[in-house]
Amino acid sequence: MARIIVVTSGKGGVGKTTTSSSIAMGLAQKGFKTVVIDFDVGLRNLDLVMGCERRVVYDFINVINGESTLNQALIRDKRCNLLSILPASQTRDKDALTKEGVGKILKELSKEFKYIICDSPAGIEQGAFFAMYFADDALVVCNPEVSSVRDADRMLGILSSKSLRAEKVREPVKEYLVLSRYSPERVETGEMLSVDDVQEILSLPLLGVIPESSAILNASNSGTPVILDEESNAGQAYSDIVARYLGEDRPQRFIKKQKIGFLSKLFGGR
Amino acid sequence: MSLLDYFKRSKPSASIARERLQILVAHERASITQAAYLPQLKQELLAVIQKYFNVNEESVSVNLEQDDNNEILELNVVFPDEEANKNQPEERKGKYNARVNRTGRR
Repeated sequence: MARIIVVTSGKGGVGKTTTSSSIAMGLAQKGFKTVVIDFDVGLRNLDLVMGCERRVVYDFINVINGESTLNQALIRDKRCNLLSILPASQTRDKDALTKEGVGKILKELSKEFKYIICDSPAGIEQGAFFAMYFADDALVVCNPEVSSVRDADRMLGILSSKSLRAEKVREPVKEYLVLSRYSPERVETGEMLSVDDVQEILSLPLLGVIPESSAILNASNSGTPVILDEESNAGQAYSDIVARYLGEDRPQRFIKKQKIGFLSKLFGGR
Repeated sequence: MSLLDYFKRSKPSASIARERLQILVAHERASITQAAYLPQLKQELLAVIQKYFNVNEESVSVNLEQDDNNEILELNVVFPDEEANKNQPEERKGKYNARVNRTGRR
């Protein structure tokens, strides 16, 4: 049976698609057959971040409407053949998704894949609702910033009351915190919420902290999930997150300010 | 920045953010869990009260408050003046208040 993971946040621009693409790539690299689905109908971007925008022929809505088969719509990743991408439709409006349609496709994907990552759109409308409805696990992406924390809390409320697991009174959706765009320097000077603050307010287990990093923009510019940039802090942070999700015990990193050595200071190394 | 500014510096903004969020999140969680059944409860209570007293919707308020391990359901009924003066003993004039305490969270 596949495990369905929703990557959600409520607020836009906090790093859902970045997280989805890296987690999906990370799980596939670990040897699990993984598919990542874009639920942002009308504003798809996962294809761009994954670097397969020119290979999109059919999409999620085509499959729901029976206009193409699932295999026609799935795009096999060129860097890792265990990873597939199911793009969202760019032309339809968001009402094209139906609970029955999404459920049917997830069921079909469950036969073939081990992990199904649902990249949620921002907001709490249709697309975001269907992305979280069938989930077993939820990665709640949050920035250390007031509006993001508030929206994340709202999303947690929706997960615990409106998901399929909540409706059927099954074991609740497992929720994890991914704190992104974290800047330990600004936390130290008291101008940014700390990881402890956010964790305390949301009372969620921390899966990992993604430091603010120039590598993220570089990665999306070139259509590469940042996890493949193994040199970068952000890439390593996502590798840690994948390992922790799979049950490995890895100490938290990127929470404390990095001490810059005398030599790096002198030569400007990072 | 002068030395004086250093001492005058106000509270770091992150701690303000934390306090604001703690209050807001607690409040929103409470109001979301309430919203589901409280309006209906109020309507049904009002219907019962109206059988015996001439009161309108505005004069009945139903509140659910939560602290650490207590839930307090508070019902406030304000009687119209002339009605209250006619039927009620002097000390109960004007207002009836009932509190139901329930220990332990749902």
